[in-house]
Amino acid sequence: MSEYKPLNKKQIAWRAAQDITDGSIINLGIGMPTLISNYVNPDIEVIYHTENGMLGMGPAPSKGCEDFYLQNASKELVTIVKGGSFFDSALSFSIMRGGHLDMVFLGSFQVSEEGDIANWSTGDNMLVPSVGGAMDLVVGCNDVRILMNHCTKDNKPRILKRCSYPLTAKRGARRIYTDLAVIDVTSNGLLVREIVECLDFEKLQNLTEANLILDKNWKILKAPNI
Amino acid sequence: MINKCIYKTRDIKKGIKSGSTILVGGFGECGVPLELIDALIESDITDLAIASNNAGVADRGVAKLLKAGKVKKIIGSYPRSIDSYVVEELYKKNLIKLEIVPQGTFVERIRAAGAGLGGFYTPVGVGTMLAEGKEAKIIDGKEYILEKPLKGDVALIKAYKADRWGNLIYKKTARNFNPIMATAADLVIAEVDEIVELGELNPEEIVTPGVFIDRVYQCKKNYDDLLHNIYVSRHRNN
Repeated sequence: MSEYKPLNKKQIAWRAAQDITDGSIINLGIGMPTLISNYVNPDIEVIYHTENGMLGMGPAPSKGCEDFYLQNASKELVTIVKGGSFFDSALSFSIMRGGHLDMVFLGSFQVSEEGDIANWSTGDNMLVPSVGGAMDLVVGCNDVRILMNHCTKDNKPRILKRCSYPLTAKRGARRIYTDLAVIDVTSNGLLVREIVECLDFEKLQNLTEANLILDKNWKILKAPNI
Repeated sequence: MINKCIYKTRDIKKGIKSGSTILVGGFGECGVPLELIDALIESDITDLAIASNNAGVADRGVAKLLKAGKVKKIIGSYPRSIDSYVVEELYKKNLIKLEIVPQGTFVERIRAAGAGLGGFYTPVGVGTMLAEGKEAKIIDGKEYILEKPLKGDVALIKAYKADRWGNLIYKKTARNFNPIMATAADLVIAEVDEIVELGELNPEEIVTPGVFIDRVYQCKKNYDDLLHNIYVSRHRNN
């Protein structure tokens, strides 16, 4: 039996992008989620929100078109598309908290079997605590999706019975994309929809602290070579 | 005649007292009133509580104020950033108090103060360590926590254009916290790129009506070019 091959970050982002539907209003969190926009079907129209006060965020500017006044929440230079708009922070967070975003994609350190999210702090007291908009993003949208590696660098599970790091929100996540699987958070528990080729369910369970359920219609998790 | 424009740097600090709570606009380095901050640094005003989303980058903006030893407390959502060594050192040495507030709650607390409200119930933070010690309430079956208003003695904000009445428009993503902070302090000073004749700003497009503004100061230094160059070179290196 051949060895399974985990997805790389671009492939995880590609897989997440396949679930985006035409007309969606989306917020992409910092880190891996920012890659998603590279892989969204070009035939659909999607509006990106950035918490610092813009709808209709476009791609990174080309050389000579950079503008210091056009930034995203990660303080990177971006562009604005036709139809885009600027607004203040109170309105920006009304968009988030008020449930006006269709989908939110975030990175995370940990997710629990009930969908609790821990993505703002590792509890390290030497680091200056900084939460930003993480809690606000998770609370308002009922379709929050997490992108992360299935395990930590030293191979400890990140999908846990309970998060050990400080929580961002309880019961926030709806779907988890990892380098090994696509998992839905349901009222019955964590339902595995897709697994990478050559990895059996038992092995996936061994890499996961929380209990997993294999969907009866599960599929192989595939992504192009990118 | 109403004329809120001030021209001398020394007129910026008038009436600002040591120990004040000062709201400072900006997200990251975009929309920060850098010259108003310089005026505080050059004054003998100290012992300040600064409410600002971030705590400055390198030794610029709020970080410059921190480095000058003027600040006892920071209230904000994300003081850590690329090259936020000033706040990091002060924090490790226990020389600064930090009040960390989720960003939407931070701006809404300021909005509540400006709108004359006693606070609001929010679902943000429920079930997390940031809810500890806060009044919880179930409304229509959903759990919320009470957040109180955050008012400034002073607000220092940055805008694009102003007229002598203090009407303001902003530039792109530099708007962020500035229009909200403009509503929520006893003394509000706007640093602007340009002062135009009364009537030149389109009433349909004015974002902050002059009623909220006490003083307008037109920038003299060229911080914009400096920041533009820093951000463009970082962008090209990535």
